[in-house]
This record gives sequence, C-alpha cells and structure tokens, in this order.
Amino acid sequence: MERDDIIEYSLGAQHSEEEGTKIRKQIWVITAWLSLITTIEVVVGVLFSKSNPDVSATTWELIKYGYIILTIIKARMIVLEFMHLGHERKSLKSTILIPYIVFVLYLIFIVINEAVAVGEVNFPIN
Amino acid sequence: MVFPHLDALTFGAFLVSLGWFRYTSDAWPISDQVFFHIPFIHSATPDEGFPLLYVAFMTFILIVSSVTMVLAVEAGHRNDKKTVIKWMVWTVVGGLIFLGSQVWEWSGVIAGPDGIFGTYDDTRIGGNYLGGWEMVNNVLVPIVGPDQYAQFFYCVTGFHGLHVFSGVIINIIILINVIGGTYERRGHYEMVEKGGLYWHFVDLVWVFVFTFFYLL
Repeated sequence: MERDDIIEYSLGAQHSEEEGTKIRKQIWVITAWLSLITTIEVVVGVLFSKSNPDVSATTWELIKYGYIILTIIKARMIVLEFMHLGHERKSLKSTILIPYIVFVLYLIFIVINEAVAVGEVNFPIN
Repeated sequence: MVFPHLDALTFGAFLVSLGWFRYTSDAWPISDQVFFHIPFIHSATPDEGFPLLYVAFMTFILIVSSVTMVLAVEAGHRNDKKTVIKWMVWTVVGGLIFLGSQVWEWSGVIAGPDGIFGTYDDTRIGGNYLGGWEMVNNVLVPIVGPDQYAQFFYCVTGFHGLHVFSGVIINIIILINVIGGTYERRGHYEMVEKGGLYWHFVDLVWVFVFTFFYLL
C-alpha cells in the first residue's frame, strides 16, 4: 500500500529543458484563457450594463450568475496551475480546499439569506 | 501555505459583508456608472467616459505579472539564474504599475476633476452617511446608506493594495537574493516559489474583488 503519511519534501524539484518547454506552453495557454475571460467579462459589463434600460431583470440575473461562474473558472486556473495545487497530492489539495470551500459556502448562505430578509423588512417591495 | 489560506478568509469575509450591505440597502450604485475615467481624458458622465476600461487594464496587469512570476518559478526549477532575474524584474514592474494605477484611481475618485465620491459626503451616490439608528416597523435598525459603497471601495481595494505593496517588497527582496546568488549557492529556488505563492494569492483575490465589486 502506498503510504500517504510520509512527506517527501523535495527541495530541489528540478526539471529538464524539455519539460520546461511543455510547462511554459501550458502557462501561456492559461494566460490566454485568463485574458479572454476577463475581456468577455468587461465587454458584457459594458454592453449589458445593469443601468441599461434594455437589460431586463432576468437577463441581468443570468449575467450575474455567468460572472460568478467565470470568476470561479478563473480562480480554479490560478489555484490549480499557478499556485501548483493541481499537481500536489490529493490529500494536501483536499486539506487546503475543502475547509475553505465549506466555510465560505456556509458564510455566504447565512449572510446573504439574512441580508435578503433584513432588506425585505427595511425596504418592503413597493 | 497557512498564511494565504487565513488571508483568503479575511477577504472572503470582506466580500461577504459587502454582499450583506448590498442586500440590506435600498439602492446600490452600479460600478460601471462610477468607474468610467481614464487618464488624460476628461469625462463628466459615464456616456462620455470609458466604463470599466481602466480597471480592466489593472486586472490585465496583475494577471500578466502573475504569469511572469510563474515563469520565474519555472526557470528556478531549471536553475536558470538569468531567466529567473528577467521574469522577477517584470513581476516587480507589473506590481509597481498596478500600485501606480491604484494611486491614480484613488486620487481620481477623491480629488480629481471628476472626483465624485468621498466616504462621508456623497453627492453622486446619493446622500450622506447619517449614522445613528431609526425605527422601522417597530424595529431599531441602523441607518445604512449607499455611502457604504465608497467605504467598501476604499476598504477592500485598500487592503488588497496593501497586499500588493508587501508582495512587491517581498519580490524585490527575493530578486536581490537571486542576483546575489543566494539561491544558486543553496542549490534550489524554493524561495522564489514561496514568494510566487503569495503573489498568485494577491492575483486570486483581485479576481474576486474585480467581479464582486466592479462587475456585479
């Protein structure tokens, strides 16, 4: 059985020139994606602004969730590739990500739910 | 590893509380109606201006400097000192451009010719922060006004800017050590990777700030 509790901390994690070429290519691909997604976000934000009377509440709602999804895709790329977490051991990955995700989802759920309720009390729908 | 994790919780709390004030406020400003200025061009209204263009530029700068950092780390794995120096220099330059951009943005909204929002007297966003409490439906509630928009702007981008600033300092120190050959003697460029981790974290936070503050 492969032991998971031994930390093989390789200080001198080296790679060769060929591997480097491959990694660099991967880095540029991710750069292109990050730039593309940011461009899309800005263009949508300008063309379909919330202040634009032609944009209905439903459309804006969809755009809003679209933004959140795009942001999570971007964050995923940064954490997994740039921060190298995608290439770590699965146990380490889970240790770092799961508590955070659980806690933040819980916080978002509680706070936003509560805020909506308070908002309805403070400003009843006209 | 632990530090960025905890710091991420701080920023998470900031953004969630931003959400709280959004949903409990009557009206909330639309960011592309607030941030439409670019340097050297006077634009009094959003229609004359360039909504989100400047902040998109800032985002792009930070992403690119994150990329140059990851390239420096990659070069470190090959013990290629010259390439590490090259990419570290670009990373520091990117961080400085971002900080400069933020200074311009802040000075613009505080005191520029089209300066529009202060933290206490907001003619553009509508109304003053009154402070105090009032009775609504027999419940004592604080008077929260859209002024919190400006307060959150300074708080969140300011706190992020502080991280960028310390990130640049850390990167400069690492760069000096790389040039001095400290890591070459040590046999590995682990420190570049650690600095890079922090730098990517700063970029990661900005991705969220950009969405939840400027886009939504």
